[in-house]
Amino acid sequence: MEFPKDVLYMKSHEWVKFLDDKTALVGISDHAQSELGDLVFVNLPLPEDTVTAGEPFADVESVKAVSDVYCPVTGMVAEINEALLDKPELLNQDPYGAWMIKVTQVTDHADLLSAEEYEKLIAEEA
Amino acid sequence: MELKTPLYDAHLAAGGKIVPFGGYLLPVQYGAGVIAEHMAVRTKAGLFDVSHMGELMLKGKDAFRNLQHLLTNDFTTMAAGDCRYSPMCYPTGGVVDDLLVYKYADDDFLLVVNASNRHKDAEWIRSHLLGEVDFKDISDQTAQLALQGPLAHEILAPLVSGGALPEKYYSFAPYLEIAGIRCLVSRTGYTGEDGYELYCAPEDVTDLWNQLLEAGEPLGLIPCGLGARDTLRLEAAMPLYGHEMDENITPLETGLGFFVKMDKEDFIGKAAMAAQGKPSRKRVGLKLKDRGIAREACSVYASAEAVEAVGRTTSGTHCPYLGYAVAMALVPVDLAAPGTALWIDVRGRRLQAEVVRLPFYKR
Repeated sequence: MEFPKDVLYMKSHEWVKFLDDKTALVGISDHAQSELGDLVFVNLPLPEDTVTAGEPFADVESVKAVSDVYCPVTGMVAEINEALLDKPELLNQDPYGAWMIKVTQVTDHADLLSAEEYEKLIAEEA
Repeated sequence: MELKTPLYDAHLAAGGKIVPFGGYLLPVQYGAGVIAEHMAVRTKAGLFDVSHMGELMLKGKDAFRNLQHLLTNDFTTMAAGDCRYSPMCYPTGGVVDDLLVYKYADDDFLLVVNASNRHKDAEWIRSHLLGEVDFKDISDQTAQLALQGPLAHEILAPLVSGGALPEKYYSFAPYLEIAGIRCLVSRTGYTGEDGYELYCAPEDVTDLWNQLLEAGEPLGLIPCGLGARDTLRLEAAMPLYGHEMDENITPLETGLGFFVKMDKEDFIGKAAMAAQGKPSRKRVGLKLKDRGIAREACSVYASAEAVEAVGRTTSGTHCPYLGYAVAMALVPVDLAAPGTALWIDVRGRRLQAEVVRLPFYKR
């Protein structure tokens, strides 16, 4: 299980990587992809949609179930990772490389955990 | 409190992700994941613990008469060593359960039922028994494995003694030894592939499981969980109780008319189904054209704008082998022709789908 230190985490297993104060990439953690199993579909918002910290912004489906993905930041969707629409399995193969959305005009963020804190949370949940 | 099958510890040791299902704790998948497990069964072989299934024994002078009365299929032409599928109906025509009948002899049958319906079925059968018959729930004394896939025969054949493996689909050998373990072996399954189901004593099943996995490993055999069991049966369009049929859906509506012999003397549900005539709705296969996955209980519409739903999905998933999403749905017969465009509401999004012929996958 990987817990890279250049991103911050939500308790609900999303990660956020700040490119600068106002811009961030968002994805799901290695733990999340492992728990969800093989992902076969990703539903992403559209560019220019607004997203809100702590609210669902996307959903991912495994062969068995659908799960909401929560947004770590408030802002506007600048870009979506279109590669995921055809290859949702990238989320399984490279969870920290396969960002889902790029958010700009970030004005707020949810409670975020460091890699150490998130790793501890996972250890406690296990 | 869920029960454990005798293989519970073996599942944990093999990395199974355990979930409650039908009153049992069973693995939904192992380390390989649902897609790899599904593909193993389609291309090589997979091994499932299906010990949760219910087994009911029906013996005695009037056993046959009871089957004819309780079940919709006709058992007149059935030979010893045959398996036969049948729905079991309420007087309304709704379905109590669907099950597999194994015939040992004219007065000796085994019924294999869905785990979640086991107690309901036993009670239903017991309260409708006629004449001289001995009926017993032997589920707790019976474990079951399913070895499924194109290489199932190649894996099993070297392990057999005391007789030959059943050759014909839907037949069985009652007393074989597999790797020295006494088993009933039938050429049956719930995946759309060739394969076998093996019944043995609970105390022997861990040994059988380990020996099969060891023998099959060089050929690509892996353990498979409930997740793959469901995607496999769905891809093969096999109906599942509680989805494609239940107490409010008749076997005729869900496309099981072949297993309802209306010209048979009398059976529970016959009068109601005769009175209902040709069903007004039908189970269809839907292939999704838009991106997304429709699951069960989604509303189905005749157009993108329609306000009134015309039906609902009964199951749906992404098919790992076919590589696209499908669903089954109950819709009015005039919307059931292959090629018909229908729309499915998936959590607020209306996805376009097309009626296609069932099964989605055929080996």
